[in-house]
Amino acid sequence: MRNVIPLTQRELAATFLSPVAYIVAALFLVTSGHFFLSQTLVAGREASLRAMFESMAGILVFAVPLLTMRALAEEFATGTIETLMTAPVTDVEVILGKFFGLLLFYAALLLTTLLHVLLVTVYGGSQPAVVLLAYTGMLLLGAMFIAVGLFASALTRYQLLAALGGMAILSLLTFVVDQLARWGGGTIRLVLGYVNVMGNFESFSKGFFDTRAIVFFVSMTLLFLFLSVKVLESRRWR
Amino acid sequence: MIQVQNLTKFYGQRKAIDGISFHIHEGEIVGFLGPNGAGKTTTLRILTCYMPASSGSARVGGFDVFTQSLDVRRIIGYLPENVPLYVHMRVREYLDFRARLHGLSRDARLASIKRVTELAWLGEFIDRPIHQLSKGMRQRVGLADALLHDPKVLILDEPTVGLDPTQIRETRNLIRKLGERHTILLSSHILPEVEATCHRTIIVSNGRIVASGSPEELKERIRGGSRLIAEVSGPSGDVTGALKSIGGVKKVESASVNGWNRLLIETTKERDPREDIVKVVTQRGWSLREIRLEHGSLEEFFVEITARQAGLGREDEGSTREVSL
Repeated sequence: MRNVIPLTQRELAATFLSPVAYIVAALFLVTSGHFFLSQTLVAGREASLRAMFESMAGILVFAVPLLTMRALAEEFATGTIETLMTAPVTDVEVILGKFFGLLLFYAALLLTTLLHVLLVTVYGGSQPAVVLLAYTGMLLLGAMFIAVGLFASALTRYQLLAALGGMAILSLLTFVVDQLARWGGGTIRLVLGYVNVMGNFESFSKGFFDTRAIVFFVSMTLLFLFLSVKVLESRRWR
Repeated sequence: MIQVQNLTKFYGQRKAIDGISFHIHEGEIVGFLGPNGAGKTTTLRILTCYMPASSGSARVGGFDVFTQSLDVRRIIGYLPENVPLYVHMRVREYLDFRARLHGLSRDARLASIKRVTELAWLGEFIDRPIHQLSKGMRQRVGLADALLHDPKVLILDEPTVGLDPTQIRETRNLIRKLGERHTILLSSHILPEVEATCHRTIIVSNGRIVASGSPEELKERIRGGSRLIAEVSGPSGDVTGALKSIGGVKKVESASVNGWNRLLIETTKERDPREDIVKVVTQRGWSLREIRLEHGSLEEFFVEITARQAGLGREDEGSTREVSL
């Protein structure tokens, strides 16, 4: 596992050097700022950050795949995967290095939204525990989204396809399943209620400490990281 | 150092390599020669653990490329064909990253980057971003990368493609020099390159080994039978028939060029039938405007066997000929 650190550093540097990452970061900040202004910072209304966090989660469905599309697709397209895979590194190390590199970039992006929290705190006051919990939720959600994006990127050499694939999977898990859970009844509602991103994220944004939600995000992250490793392995056989 | 046994690789239905076997001893420089699409890169990719073979086995330094892949990857330095590099990085950064993947400590990395910088003449480019470098310079960076961990085995896929003549000469000299420390397997589709740098050549075509040996040995083999080229006027069938009956003639092929029969005559080792041919031609009253003995060159041998394997036999020679090896 010692190779994870240099791989993480390289991935982080590569992300910071890619113009796409900055465009995604800018779009994310503009839209989350917009929701902050239109939903939280409104005169006469309760200054709740909940709406902002939930709309940020929605934006990430589209932002994260744009961030992660490069990760493996670019290595396949430029052929650098060949030098990488013939070095003494395991497939797991490769995927973990990319995952942590992207996660660090995402965490840095997330830090910039603290400005909104600061504004609310200055004008209305906020509970640190609730804010911390919401950010924990954002981090766990981001980790899962990155794992899904990485999986999509492992499937193709075309970055555009990787982005679209990632968005499709995330939309399904976030919006579609959420809607179905609302419409459905009985068992369907119960099951889908457990396996949808929004439903689980709500507990964080509402300020509940719910271990089920943590287990959901962590296990989804592990599942998609595992699938990414398997896809990477399978490329050797093609 | 490298043992390959019956290696076969399918891409879907297509057989890229077909039962290749060879051995390379420690300290040897071996050239893997063949036309494009012969299966050179596929073989090298199997040896470097980039992809598994469909069947057969390969061992590098005693380790199996499939079951002991990481051990193999630790002792090989590999320069892939198109020299893929992370172009946004600076050369020094890139080499440092690669050295870390090989588990070198900070001091060891500094020392090995210094060493490969000198070996691959990277001095002036070491702090330049890779995307600014020309093809030739990138090739050097790739070579430096392959040498970082002082590997026992160097596998170089077309190491001189895209270089200018000076760089080609420098690279060949470097490869010869590296041969003193490392076992080297390099691929090429250019014969003089292999002749100039390698102790031994393995010629592959259509996924099979068609010949192997030192350049001298290969030359020796083709000297076996000689060829005559003659131009005779006269009815094609009669001419061929008459010449075939002469002692020492093994085979005659005829092609018509501007009303003349351009003949390619294969002779046996023992007898030179040129005099008899001239006699027969004059007896029959045909004209002869050229007859010459041709010793095969290694280049021609290479072109011939690879073309034959590819089913492209040279047109002016009509049907393809057998080369006995």
